[in-house]
Amino acid sequence: MPSWSRRVFLLSSASATFLLTAAKRLGFGQRSAAAQPSPAPPPPEAQTAEIALTINGQLQRLRIDLRTTLLDALRNHLGLTGTKKGCDLGQCGACTVLADGRRINACLALAVMQQGKDITTIEGLAKDGEQHPVQAAFIEQDAFQCGYCTPGQIMSAVAFLSEGHEPTDAAIREWMSGNLCRCGAYPNIVEAIKQAAHQSTNHAPLHL
Amino acid sequence: MLPFTYSRPRNIGEAATAGAQPGTEFIAGGTDLLPLLKEGVRRANRLVDINDLPLGGIRHEAAGVRLGALTRMSDAADDERLRRDYPAVVEALLAGASPQLRNLATVGGNLLQHTRCLYFHDAAMPCNKRQPGSGCPAWDGQNRGNAILGGSRACIATHASDLAVALVALEARVVLGARHGEREVPLADFHRLPGDTPQIETVLEPGEVITAIFVPAAPYSRRSTYVKLRDRASFEWALTSAAAALDLAGDTIRQARVAVGGVATKPWRLPKVEEALAGARADRSIFHAAAELAAQGAEPRQFNAFKVELMKRAIVRALADAGSLA
Ligand SMILES: Cc1cc2nc3c(=O)[nH]c(=O)nc-3n(C[C@H](O)[C@H](O)[C@H](O)COP(=O)(O)OP(=O)(O)OC[C@H]3O[C@@H](n4cnc5c(N)ncnc54)[C@H](O)[C@@H]3O)c2cc1C
Ligand code: FES
Ligand code: FES
Repeated sequence: MPSWSRRVFLLSSASATFLLTAAKRLGFGQRSAAAQPSPAPPPPEAQTAEIALTINGQLQRLRIDLRTTLLDALRNHLGLTGTKKGCDLGQCGACTVLADGRRINACLALAVMQQGKDITTIEGLAKDGEQHPVQAAFIEQDAFQCGYCTPGQIMSAVAFLSEGHEPTDAAIREWMSGNLCRCGAYPNIVEAIKQAAHQSTNHAPLHL
Repeated sequence: MLPFTYSRPRNIGEAATAGAQPGTEFIAGGTDLLPLLKEGVRRANRLVDINDLPLGGIRHEAAGVRLGALTRMSDAADDERLRRDYPAVVEALLAGASPQLRNLATVGGNLLQHTRCLYFHDAAMPCNKRQPGSGCPAWDGQNRGNAILGGSRACIATHASDLAVALVALEARVVLGARHGEREVPLADFHRLPGDTPQIETVLEPGEVITAIFVPAAPYSRRSTYVKLRDRASFEWALTSAAAALDLAGDTIRQARVAVGGVATKPWRLPKVEEALAGARADRSIFHAAAELAAQGAEPRQFNAFKVELMKRAIVRALADAGSLA
């Protein structure tokens, strides 16, 4: 069916009434008037809180708007911009950090809910100026192009190794599927993780 | 996202009271709620964090297994006994979302996740679920991802959970807590068909919380499996999925349980398919004939008609996989 006929159909009487009603309800041209009525905002003093976060072993106190995600707290309040914001919706993994050793999407974690957890970011991986073996493996295997997804990939890979999966290509691809790479560096990412896995079985266990 | 207050009650009574107020949302893992608040699809001026409620933990009993509502998807998937005794549940968990999301996401929140319908997620578009009475653009629009079963003229949004499909096949029950105690609802009756009120998605009363999910131990639970078909190999929603469970005596099927996902407006059990399988031989031609019945009453739209065939094949595959389990 050519596309114009679909448009003609859409403008047929029933559909037109439907579109008009919809447009009216939406407050045409005014996006702010869309959807459900907005609940009244709370008083300003109830919209913020004083919180304490443990980031890379350091206790940080900050006052935040309660809507602040862990990702925004890291990047905008603490200057830790290694953790990246891709989609802000849980779909890309660029914001992956560890909370008590478990990988999470920092963009879907409210900062106020992360108090009392040990948060590790990409900035906290190197110890005494020495790269974490996963960082070293990513560099050796050239496991990135633009590098935007890389901190998230590395944090996810560190978690992958500590979760104890068999480091086969298939398992790496499945368990790293929460981290997208727009540059398509996947083959080298798989190699880097295999290299790091190999090192951790041959040498000292990987530290967090 | 509108400004909100935040509270963290320690008991269900307090949570229920707070949760019943208009403009309030519970937050567990936040992986469903936060994107919707950011996109302006849902609006809240109060968030009630339920993570301090005593709703964690997995308890295996003779009669079945009780998953606390706050159990993280990853922790449930890691549970050895759950994997052994209810494999379809663990397979569905591992087929959902991503490893880092599963560390945040709870099993209770998973059942309450919102549809992935494109129009529901676009606050600038009409959507009867988001704004009652505004219309359903999916009906004649981009409906490749939408439902072929259980829809109405008002709404053809699918329920997107994988976990719920495995659970509904295994006849799970949802335990609900309120100020005045608990009640139990079969998962099959927990979600509502859209009808004329697609905005009302479940039988939850205002302020009521899911406290646990109970999966009964049945003769077919161990021989259960979950098949998920999607546009890419991992980290993608189901186009179609199927859960199957078989109780076999030799190669005769004593009883079967079958449910499908990605194709219906709620987790979709298939009693007619199950009846056709009961007493029959466990072989492919029987599976094919039974799967045909799944499509009875299917109402595909312009771009999702492929799901009719895909659904039947997913069912056959799931039955064959279940049949070949040791
Ligand atoms: C990118 C992405 C991909 C995904 N892919 C999949 C997939 O392939 N398959 C799949 O099944 N899921 C998938 N999910 C959905 C994910 O599994 C759910 O978002 C998650 O399980 C929701 O749990 P939560 O604890 O984070 O819920 P929240 O976001 O905290 O809550 C969700 C809703 O439930 C309510 N709620 C939560 N817990 C309770 C309770 N105990 N009692 C009463 N109300 C409650 C909240 O008020 C809210 O309305 C995906 C999510 C994302 C972001
Ligand atoms: S920025 Fe968090 S997943 Fe994309
Ligand atoms: S290296 Fe560019 S997105 Fe991955």
